[in-house]
This record gives sequence, structure tokens and C-alpha cells, in this order.
Amino acid sequence: MSEREIELEVLRYDPEKDEAPRFQRYSVPCKSDWVVLDALNHVKAQQDPTLTYRWSCHMAVCGSCGMMINGEPKLACKAFLRNYTGVIRVEPLAHFPIERDLVTVIDDFVSKLARVKPYLIPKHEKPLGDGEYRQTPAELKRYKQYTLCINCMLCYAACPEYGLIPRFIGPAAITLAHRYNLDSRDGGREQRQQEIATSEGVWECSFAGACSEVCPEHVDPAGALQQVKIASTVDWYRDHLMPWLKR
Amino acid sequence: MAEEMSRRPYHREVPKARWVLDHARYMRYMAREATCLFIGAYTLLLVVGIGRLAAGRAEYEAFLDALRSPLSIAFHLVALGFAVYHSVTWFNLTPKALPVQVGEEFLPDRVISGAHYAVWGLLSLAVLFLAGVF
Repeated sequence: MSEREIELEVLRYDPEKDEAPRFQRYSVPCKSDWVVLDALNHVKAQQDPTLTYRWSCHMAVCGSCGMMINGEPKLACKAFLRNYTGVIRVEPLAHFPIERDLVTVIDDFVSKLARVKPYLIPKHEKPLGDGEYRQTPAELKRYKQYTLCINCMLCYAACPEYGLIPRFIGPAAITLAHRYNLDSRDGGREQRQQEIATSEGVWECSFAGACSEVCPEHVDPAGALQQVKIASTVDWYRDHLMPWLKR
Repeated sequence: MAEEMSRRPYHREVPKARWVLDHARYMRYMAREATCLFIGAYTLLLVVGIGRLAAGRAEYEAFLDALRSPLSIAFHLVALGFAVYHSVTWFNLTPKALPVQVGEEFLPDRVISGAHYAVWGLLSLAVLFLAGVF
């Protein structure tokens, strides 16, 4: 397998020493089938063990290795070096505080995720002995695309609204709320609407569409958010024009 | 027992206006948003026209004459260009907002956006018909 020398320019930040982040250059001998994560692993193993970043599965499933690669939110395990020329600039995900080097503070996203209750809230609890909650293939297909979200937060790094207005609940969390709202077994929509049908929820979205462009799993969060807007608007009209129709 | 970690997260500011220039997709997005200024301006022009019509025949004739000036024609061409860009970009996004599931499968995107284009065409024909073009 052919090798080539690539130049990585990696953002470094040591909270115990640095006042501000800085860039550090590394030359890495790379194989043709390597991804950016391989190059970072090579640096850590051979050149600089202090380099800090998150990763786990190396196959675009765990969602840990999201970072900015030449200014674009990417999974480092899915960013093939052969698609890049010149110096490759690697930075932590935009719009999140930097904990250390390429590791960001993700507490904000995790708390927002918890707020939207991304789990099944059954309409009617039934005893275990009554069997599973059944679903047709059509009912499954209705929301299946949104189950592919791996919480990698690339959509938050791409979203200009989240960058400017951090209280925005954001693409992935609202999309996951939508995923459960669409589920025929679920009865938790009213609870989730209190979080997402608000000004810091879906109405902060102006449909820039960047989230869907960068999503590595083709979840299309932008589509989900527009569907939430339409459903919430229908709710409003129903409540105000036809109050006798109880939701 | 793990050692207490010293935390001093570094916060990066998003530049208030310059962020638009950071990426081509942000510029495309703002271009789509900016088209509404021209649509708004054209709507104002129509409102002024109605006002001139209410003011009397002479005023309305003068308004129509003003519309024939090169400057006005240039504005109309630019506004038409932006209106088309506005409509096309939004119509192409409609399948995201309005997915239609028939049985198990979703209708293809081109059916959803195509229906919008068809209604757009029909309404435009109706307006031209009412205006006496045919």
C-alpha cells in the first residue's frame, strides 16, 4: 500500500498551561486507506502522547470523533486522507467550549437531550405478561430514518443558529424528540412539546439546512425540525380556532 | 480514587456578522434569506400602485408611465430574478417539510416539489388570464 507524508495542523489547548488555543504541526507518514483518525492515532502513538481527542469505534457508529477538518464538521473516522491535499487543519467541534485539545465540553447537548425525553413513553402502560407493543412495517418506516442519529453533534457545529444563540435546543435533540413523537407506541408528545414547541426550541431554527448537509448518517434533522414546526402550528390553530377538539 | 481534574474550558466567540463568510453554505442560506427584501420591495411597489389608482386616473397613468422607465424595468428584472431564486430554493425544500407516506413508502421528493411547481404554474396562468393576457 502506498504511503505519503501529510501535514496535520492540530489545535492544541492545555487548560493548565495555555491562555488560548494554538496550532501545532505534525508530519505523518500515511497509508492510502487511512482516515484522519488514523493519522491522529499515529501522532499519539509515535510522536506526542499528550495529544487528546475522543474516539471509540473507528466505524462511524459511536459518534465520538466529531471534529472540524478544514473547517467542516466531520467524523475523523470517516474523513479519508486521500480526499485532502495540502495541510489538513484539525480543530475541535465548533460552537462547543474546548476542554483540552480536540475534546469539547458537551454538557450542554447532553442536558438538552435529556430535556426532550428521547425514549418511549407508552400511551398505556401494560403488564409485561401482555406482550410487546406491536408495530407495522409502515409505522416503523415513519420514524426509522431519525433513529440513525448517533449523537455526534456535527449538526450543532454546523448550525449557525446554535453558534449565535446557544440556548437553542438544536437539531439532534429536537430530531430525536420528533422520532419518538412519530412512534405509534408513544404517548409522550405533550411532554416533549413543552420543550421543543418554544422559542428556544424549534422556533429558533431558520432552516439554514447546514445540519442535514453535514449529518454523517443522513438523518436530515432540518427536515425533522420543519415537520415539528408544521405540527406545532396545526396544534396552535386547533387550540385557538377549534378549542372543542381536545388533543 | 481519580485525581480531581482542573477544568478551565476555553470558550470561542462566534463573530456576530462575519460568520456568514465562514462557509459557502452560510452564504447560500443568507442569499435565500436576502431575496425576501426584493419581494418586500416589489410588494410595496404594488401597494403604491393601488394608492395611485385610488387617487385618480391621471395619478395612475403617471404611475404606469414611471413603471416604463429603464430604472423601473431594471428593478423588475432584478426582483423577478430574486423571486424565482426564492421560489425555487423553497420549493426544492418542501419534500423535507411535507413528507407523504403512502402505505409503507414515502412519495419521492420530486413528486412533492413537482406538485408545488405545478400549482405555481397553474396559479400564474390564472393570474395572467385574469389580467387579460389570453
